Amino acid sequence: MTQSFRLESGGLINRDKKISFKFNGKNYFGYEGDTLASALIANGVHLIGRSFKYHRPRGFFGAGVDEPYAIVQLYRNGETEPNIKATEQELFEGLEAKSVNCWPSVNFDVGAINNFLKIFLPAGFYYKTFMWPKSFWYKIYEPFIRRAAGLGTASIKHDKERYEHKYEYCDLLITGSGPSGLASAYSAAKNGAKVILAEDKSRFGGTLLTSEVNIGNQSGKEWADSIISELKEMPNVTVKNRSQVFGYYDHNMLVMSERISDHLPKTKKYHPKQRLWYIRAKEVLISSGSIERPIVFGNNDTPGVMLSSAAKEYMKVYGVLVGKKPLVFTNNDSGYETAIEFKKNGIDPIILDTRKEPQSEIIEEAKNMNINIKNSYVVVAAQGYKKVKSADIAKISDNKEELGSIENIECDCICVSGFWTPTIHLASQSGNKTKFNEEIDAFVPGISKQKEKTLGAANGIYTLEETLKDSFEKGNQLSKKITNKENKVSFPNVVEKKSTVHDKFWCVPLPKGKNYKRFLDFQNDVAVSDIEIALKEGYRSIEHVKRYTTLGMATDQGKTSNLNGLQLVSKIENKVVPAVGHTTFRPPYSPVSIGAIVGREVGKHSKPTRKSPMHSWHEKNNAVFVDAGVWLRPRYYKRGDENLFEASKREAKNVRTNVGVCDVTTLGKIDIKGPDAAELLNRVYTNAWLKLPVGKARYGVMLREDGIVMDDGTTTRISENHYHMTTTTAQAANVLSHLEYYLQLVWPELNVNVVSTTEQWAGAAIAGPKSREVLKKLFPKSDVTNEGLPFMGYMEGDLFGVKAKIFRISFSGELAYEVNVESDYGYFMWEKIIEVGEEFGIQPYGTEALSTLRIEMGHVAGSELDGRTIPYDNSLEGLLSKKKDFIGKRSLSRKAFAAEDRQKIVGVVPLDKKTSIPEGSHLVKDSNAPLPNPKLGYISASCWSVEHDNPFSLAILKDGKNMIGEKLFVMSPLKNKVIPVEIVSSHYVDPKGERVRS
Amino acid sequence: MLHIKCPHCGMRSQNEFSYGGDATIKRPELGKEISDQDWDNFVYNRKSLRGKHWELWQHLSGCRQWIKVQRDTATHEIFKTLKANEEIS
Repeated sequence: MTQSFRLESGGLINRDKKISFKFNGKNYFGYEGDTLASALIANGVHLIGRSFKYHRPRGFFGAGVDEPYAIVQLYRNGETEPNIKATEQELFEGLEAKSVNCWPSVNFDVGAINNFLKIFLPAGFYYKTFMWPKSFWYKIYEPFIRRAAGLGTASIKHDKERYEHKYEYCDLLITGSGPSGLASAYSAAKNGAKVILAEDKSRFGGTLLTSEVNIGNQSGKEWADSIISELKEMPNVTVKNRSQVFGYYDHNMLVMSERISDHLPKTKKYHPKQRLWYIRAKEVLISSGSIERPIVFGNNDTPGVMLSSAAKEYMKVYGVLVGKKPLVFTNNDSGYETAIEFKKNGIDPIILDTRKEPQSEIIEEAKNMNINIKNSYVVVAAQGYKKVKSADIAKISDNKEELGSIENIECDCICVSGFWTPTIHLASQSGNKTKFNEEIDAFVPGISKQKEKTLGAANGIYTLEETLKDSFEKGNQLSKKITNKENKVSFPNVVEKKSTVHDKFWCVPLPKGKNYKRFLDFQNDVAVSDIEIALKEGYRSIEHVKRYTTLGMATDQGKTSNLNGLQLVSKIENKVVPAVGHTTFRPPYSPVSIGAIVGREVGKHSKPTRKSPMHSWHEKNNAVFVDAGVWLRPRYYKRGDENLFEASKREAKNVRTNVGVCDVTTLGKIDIKGPDAAELLNRVYTNAWLKLPVGKARYGVMLREDGIVMDDGTTTRISENHYHMTTTTAQAANVLSHLEYYLQLVWPELNVNVVSTTEQWAGAAIAGPKSREVLKKLFPKSDVTNEGLPFMGYMEGDLFGVKAKIFRISFSGELAYEVNVESDYGYFMWEKIIEVGEEFGIQPYGTEALSTLRIEMGHVAGSELDGRTIPYDNSLEGLLSKKKDFIGKRSLSRKAFAAEDRQKIVGVVPLDKKTSIPEGSHLVKDSNAPLPNPKLGYISASCWSVEHDNPFSLAILKDGKNMIGEKLFVMSPLKNKVIPVEIVSSHYVDPKGERVRS
Repeated sequence: MLHIKCPHCGMRSQNEFSYGGDATIKRPELGKEISDQDWDNFVYNRKSLRGKHWELWQHLSGCRQWIKVQRDTATHEIFKTLKANEEIS
């Protein structure tokens, strides 16, 4: 295809490098430096999609981030991405894009029937219509809305690209590289400040690329190029293009997304696709410029109607004509620049100026070029369906309410300029209360809230000279304060054309008898009539009007629609615009990929993985792992075709009959030292700690202040003022913070230090009737007899030359020991245990067997200590000291906690001794009682008792104390199970606890 | 993300800290008789202030010290930070 709309020369594109691409299956080509939008326009493609609600044809409206229409589905390197603005997407070789929101094709779209039904799709249509009958929602309404709505399809494949995060600190962050950004960055950089200059587009310079100005005897673009190249050379300056600062958060933190590879056919090896920058800046200079405002008229969404500044940018930057018979419709001098540019390229434009007798330099110039100018003229309506074919125009009265007779003139595009709206999003996000500037008819930032200053057009300053002066000055002042250096830059001579005041005219009245749609929000299809309905229905607050009509709620966030919406509401309400106020600007300023927000923390990197020093042994020995918090623990060691149930039964049984070994490195360990260590333990634990002798361990339970059990574990007195505390795996971090809280804030007089040593020690639990035999072999020099190392005893030992801590403690209920060595010797210890244990039939056991063993013993763990139970509920009331106070004690005398029929832990056995009981099931008295069936308790943990060879569970049961021997039902509506059960003691094995002492 | 001045380490980002609630609550002395109402006030009852608020933060991924921070709950402005042993004035 020929590029029939490409100018023969001009633009900033590289005409030596052709790039081929595909749109809706058709092949085209453009040049290096094109956007997808400019290349499509060059090829004469003006229809790009369908609108959101009415499926009206959509073309191009802007040339950058403000684009509401040209949203495409992009295909790149085997991946697909929705919601891509064609005006921002740079062209690369092999690019493929498709239209969205149309079926079966953009040219013939079935959904366009909505356009003819539009009378039935007014504001709040969805709220009003899809309410009833309720049963229709899931089957009919929702699927219909989902298919009809939406702009593109998200990929369901895993995203192979890499996204990175970066944290950065700087003195000045400057957002935008137009005249104000460049000037302020330059003067700040000269003062030695650390500067980050961020530009959203690929080219630096902003409006300098398209405006006819002269700075220091250079064109705007030349000046911008020289400043940028100088900045790039300075070591204290970071200059970033393709980088959008999209959010201004608390304490001067801004977030910027840098598109590193989106403009390339494929991400380079070792490069990320995008990078998200978290920037903490001492000062922020907002130089985000302004966006041209549309004027509202009939059918103003027809492809071919676009912003006049965009038309100029397509010509000057891309060498592309948006039309060959242009109409420029303006209420200010900006439209003239576009018209002159057309004329220079041999195209005759017609200017319709709403003003009666405007006079300025640039108007004179247009007149001298013989451009046809019609004053007090407006476009009443665009005509044409898929592309503008002509325009109905009319003279407008001085009061702007009466239209003269309608004339129809032929045209293929209408370039609109309704003056400029400062881009105040970042300033507003910082908390800055904006104020209305009557002169420019728009909001500008008010008093700085954080460390932000707004420059140039973003601050409503529209002359270049004033902008540069102010920006050089601000950059100099702010950086001087930080660096205490001043290296003043001389101010260049500026030549620009003086313009005159704009006409505060924004909406063309409807001609008699016509009912044209006049759109305010181009992406969400919100028309003047929708706002009128919302107000008629009683919506007053601009925030409510926004939500009811969806004005400004689309992905373009109302960049082109907000102000005209406000104008309309204030006109109908007979208020001034500042009294109506604007809706809140929220980040992100423009859409950010979810991938960039997530960064590298995906898949297995979503959280850290902790492994014990013995991990590789477990791997080599067919361990099947389970996540225990962030730890990976062996769940069971698979032998042959065994499944989880068979393996864990074998492992548990072997502990009960021979001996087993379990990796308990994950247990939390806290080293406690100091003369007041015993006193701290005495206050933290519920039982007495002052008289624990050296070389002894004790089991303890700690509560929160509200009386709920926080954690349990054993603590050993290593020496006079040195204790070794263990916590459960899950609570390790919380217990440390808990201790630090009391030591630092509540009882600072206690002379104690605590530190986590979880990572420093590798632990192995050796459990079973033959465990002492294993220990004897491991520590031949130590006396590990029942007398030498009694239950709850502690000693140090020499494990083949490695110093070890030996604790005689038991979680399994068998005779058992826990051996700790420094982590680096963990693997060695484990191998030795397996080696010497072989003759006694030692087997490693995983967490599943570990649970089985503790459940049938009635030992509580995380599933009982679940943040809802007090000591009594877990039959731990024997550990509550009556003689001393401790954390949480006062709460235990609360009425509910002391109730006679308080819940308590019990054992549960199915009557058939066969059916396994699902954890989380409810206990009820009568399985046939009508719903809601009163719940007496819940199953906290279930296992297959290896001792009794039948299922056994623990439950927390109301009045558990008096329920032993009762027959109840377990109900699991989730698994659709009803199981008759008997309530037994929670100590199902060795109720007297003889084995641990044997 | 807030920027909090740890009195021990200097300015650090919020993600190094964890929040610890009202800093003005004093734990009743151990072993002292206390009414249900007073105990409930200590354990449960908190004001949800709008404006200046003294609160506890722990510099969890830093020095692990608990610190006192005076913050405006509406604007997030931080006025002052104190070490654990410094009295709120």
